[in-house]
Amino acid sequence: MSPDSLPARILELGEELRREGVAVGTSEMLDAFAVLGEISWTSQEDFREALAATLAKSQEDRRVFELVFDRFFFRAVEVAAAQQGIREDDEASLGELSEEELDALRAQIAAALRDGSEGAMRDLARMAIAAFARRQEGSGVIGVDVQRIRRALGLRAEPQPELPADDPRRDGLPREALRRFEALLRRELERAQIERTGNLPPARPLGELDRALPSGPLADLAAVHRVVAQLRRRLATQGQQARGHRRHAHVDVRRTMRASLQTGGVPVVLKFRPRRPRRPEIYVLCDVSTSVTSASVFFLSVLHALHDTFRKMRSFVFIERISEVTDIFEHERNFKAVSERIGNDAGVADISGYTDYGRVWSEFLLQVEDDLHPRATVIVLGDARTNGRDPRADIFAQIAARAGRTFWLNPEPRLYWNYGDSVIAAYEQYCTAFECWTTAQLEDFVRALTRPVIAAAR
Amino acid sequence: MSASSSAAPSAVSVAPDSVAAVSEGLRAVGYLPGESTALVSYLATKLGKPVLVEGPAGVGKTELAKALASYLGRELVRLQCYEGLDEAKALYEWNYRKQLLRIQAEASGTGWDAVQDDIFGEEFLLARPLMTAIASEEPVVLLIDEIDKTDQEFEAMLLEVLSDFQISIPELGRVQSRTHPVVLLTSNNSRELTEALKRRCLYLWLDYPALEHELEIVRLHAPELSATVARRLVEVIGMVRALDLKKPPSIAESIDWARALLLLGVEDIDAETFNETMSVIVKHRTDMDVVAERVGLKLGSPADVA
Repeated sequence: MSPDSLPARILELGEELRREGVAVGTSEMLDAFAVLGEISWTSQEDFREALAATLAKSQEDRRVFELVFDRFFFRAVEVAAAQQGIREDDEASLGELSEEELDALRAQIAAALRDGSEGAMRDLARMAIAAFARRQEGSGVIGVDVQRIRRALGLRAEPQPELPADDPRRDGLPREALRRFEALLRRELERAQIERTGNLPPARPLGELDRALPSGPLADLAAVHRVVAQLRRRLATQGQQARGHRRHAHVDVRRTMRASLQTGGVPVVLKFRPRRPRRPEIYVLCDVSTSVTSASVFFLSVLHALHDTFRKMRSFVFIERISEVTDIFEHERNFKAVSERIGNDAGVADISGYTDYGRVWSEFLLQVEDDLHPRATVIVLGDARTNGRDPRADIFAQIAARAGRTFWLNPEPRLYWNYGDSVIAAYEQYCTAFECWTTAQLEDFVRALTRPVIAAAR
Repeated sequence: MSASSSAAPSAVSVAPDSVAAVSEGLRAVGYLPGESTALVSYLATKLGKPVLVEGPAGVGKTELAKALASYLGRELVRLQCYEGLDEAKALYEWNYRKQLLRIQAEASGTGWDAVQDDIFGEEFLLARPLMTAIASEEPVVLLIDEIDKTDQEFEAMLLEVLSDFQISIPELGRVQSRTHPVVLLTSNNSRELTEALKRRCLYLWLDYPALEHELEIVRLHAPELSATVARRLVEVIGMVRALDLKKPPSIAESIDWARALLLLGVEDIDAETFNETMSVIVKHRTDMDVVAERVGLKLGSPADVA
């Protein structure tokens, strides 16, 4: 890369980032150039960090940036190398590997993964590829080869208790390091392929999996909690916004007079009665039947998070009939214990184990009829699959009419709504329905809640 | 009041000329910066752009601002944000009482025009943190802490300050900054900040430090702790963070724990000491159960702490 082409390269990088959905504006590009004027370009770390600080403005963006940066400059280097006919001589003195040597390689790689040293991992990735190329195990498809090599090396994130105690793989390897090693393998394989064929494969857009932050089910729980904390703030402040800021400001005469003593009896500063923030009252109905099994965990974690943040809240789970679980959530703080207890003694399945919405609505109405009022919010979590039973939308309409607002969160993609026995359309006319199976969509729902006018119009 | 000014700057102001210099300087005042931290701090002083620092609670976001201030030999002006923070608390406010007294004192004889000119002068202005930072004669470090706690409207108001370093006061006109403050905004990511604000800032993500880095930090703050215990401590903290907790232990808490162990004269962290002192690093009851179960057991069997 000649220096005078750098500005063009940086612009291309910006363009590529935009394609991957990072909001890079002109001002960001200008910043990037300004920053490059201040640092030395010889240190790759500084160069990358400086660009990242100006171009990627959130943790997610940062992650995409890392991937795009690597891909972009990797390709740029390879293009230049292919043009100038530079080849890396990786046909090094690696002869046929014996089984012992392979074991040594395994141990070395596992140790490098555990310590997370990037340089060592890179070298070892190349050695592994060379070793396996020799055993003619290459399939020609890079993704398949990567997994094949990983398996052959016995690299797993789960603990492998059958291994000897001094083996670093015994307790399982860090997931993040494994992922990085796979990325290195992939890159080295790509490099080899480019060298063989002499031209570049088309750039591959980042998949959803690549860009997602590494997370386990429990990390998701944390994400749900974060979103629900937002939800609480918005529900709490939004009542006043809808009614106008000053409408209910009553002057507190006593405090005003008292304050006026400071200014010689002239009431300069008016003291207002504090506005009591309206306490949102929430009723949540959560489907726990088998058709939503996969979503149930997600829903229960939403419920759990809601209970952590709202005090005036009642929750119900239902399949064929309804059961109030407010107490369980109040007494159990641990998510696992909660889901176990609900599974054991909620007693919502009757005979068939299929959801019966009609019965659920009438039971719900019976239980809370007197408590529902226009300031209450009802949230239903369910897939609206009635198993052919009567949806009884008329009772649902009564509930929606009594409550201030009614929302429906459906764990199915919108595409499947109203197919088969899904009758969400029948309910949707009385409430606002949201597709909700990721935390991102949960966030959308929270955002929608902040537009009170639209919701109130319903 | 949320504003506080730190003690008068101790050294003469410094203008760093390389990333290494910033890194050295921050180390000298007791803050061990990661690579990107030093780089972004350097860029901030060079380009005069505000820095948005994000990261989990307790990784030293606020500390960074304090360290920068003391390294650069500048005063630290801090604006602590909270829900409902408004312009009167952040920018400036007219000192009503003084104005009123003035009017009463001059009640007879003076014309309205004369009084009006008088009472909207700088004498009657109560400068709040942002105003203080802009109007200061000496360059300062401005820390806008926990910006995510404020409302979006407040963010919009900040835009003028952050991009042009000026404040418009209707009665006085524009107050332009005389010097260029270094601005740090911190956020715990409890809400998404607006694009407009982000666009004006450099971005720095601070995460929990790597093992070696944290070890260095702990040893800096608790130098008397023996090397083996310190290493063990950092490893245990790493294990605790890897669990899914409501509140993972922060760097400040590892330092606290190190000091606690020092006071107790502990030679090695075994399951017993861990269970006794765990409350220093874990602050939720449910978390404590999880940690006791998962980490406490591991500590029981020696040697294989990965």
